[in-house]
Amino acid sequence: MALIDLSKREVHCKIVYYGPGRCGKTTNLLYIYNSMNSNAKGKLLTIETKGDRTLFFDLLPLNLGKINGFDIRIQLYTVPGQSIYEATRKLVLKGVDGLVFVADSLRVRRKKNLESLQDLIANLQGYNLDIHSMPLVLQYNKRDLASSPIPTLSIEELEQDLNSKLGVKAFEAAATKGLGVFETLKDISKKTVRYVATKHLLRPEKQMEKAL
Amino acid sequence: MGDLILTGPALERAKSEIDNALIKAGVHTVLLIDQAGNVVASCGKNSKDMDITALAALAAANFGATSQIAKLIGEDDFSLLFHKGKRDSIHFAKIGKDFILVTIFSDEVSLGLVRLRVAELSNSIQRIFDKGTSI
Ligand SMILES: Nc1nc2c(ncn2[C@@H]2O[C@H](COP(=O)(O)OP(=O)(O)O)[C@@H](O)[C@H]2O)c(=O)[nH]1
Ligand SMILES: [Mg+2]
Repeated sequence: MALIDLSKREVHCKIVYYGPGRCGKTTNLLYIYNSMNSNAKGKLLTIETKGDRTLFFDLLPLNLGKINGFDIRIQLYTVPGQSIYEATRKLVLKGVDGLVFVADSLRVRRKKNLESLQDLIANLQGYNLDIHSMPLVLQYNKRDLASSPIPTLSIEELEQDLNSKLGVKAFEAAATKGLGVFETLKDISKKTVRYVATKHLLRPEKQMEKAL
Repeated sequence: MGDLILTGPALERAKSEIDNALIKAGVHTVLLIDQAGNVVASCGKNSKDMDITALAALAAANFGATSQIAKLIGEDDFSLLFHKGKRDSIHFAKIGKDFILVTIFSDEVSLGLVRLRVAELSNSIQRIFDKGTSI
């Protein structure tokens, strides 16, 4: 649910990084946080309620510059992947405008990737959202491990497992090194802003490149 | 959940209603946020060390968690939430389908007054945004 403030000429969108535990969602946000200009980013928050484990997510607010006179504000959220955080994942998805599904290239995580994608689809349905009609990109993370002795999934296997039905753009990434991180962010931001803007006839395009 | 479109006049009216009902009654900070955790309007003192973005994100998630709890015990929703601190207290109230009003006040202001004023505000804010928002 985007927020469009016509008086301040601001558009606020929410982008959620979803995926199994330990796939590299927080690492994506950290890399973005560490590489962006301080005037373009807010504080990186890691929200962890101790004791009761109801709320647990990361949040990074970004200012992506102007499009057609509108200031574009994006809030990046991550969800905790572990199954005990089911309730938090649902809460964080509330009002989502765009999605990055981060998959883990480690072969041992194959099943976890699939389960997490199913979980995402089900949670979206809870808000009457259809994954096929939302701004969405995939990120195959930890590609740096493909050349190591650790068993990893090939791109073909990841595509087959996760993208055969979705058919969306997928980015290869090594988030710890920053590879693919901004490509993913740029693409999902563009898709999300375009989606929100065309819905409300704000006529977007161009310019966002500069901020990223 | 539809997107929220805010117009200048609607926002100004909402802010002045909040000012009159709460800030003038001694409440120090009021945030109107949406259920995705965005800040729609902030009124009163915004001390530098208060992180409004974080507060809004947590308040929205907290409210969401509480409505899940409500469902577990067979309630539709709790329409308000209150946390009492040593010095300051915080009061959350759902406004219509889309908004949450977060009120932060010291012990010089009575909870009863805050509840009364928030209840009145709830109606006026809903009326303002019923006209001001489109989907
Ligand atoms: N080799 C490698 N490790 C990664 C990569 N991205 C994340 N990691 C590591 O995976 C672990 C989990 O990452 P984290 O971002 O906390 O995962 P999250 O649970 O999805 O937030 C950390 O130890 C990271 O350093 C990557 O691209 N390559
Ligand atoms: Mg994490």
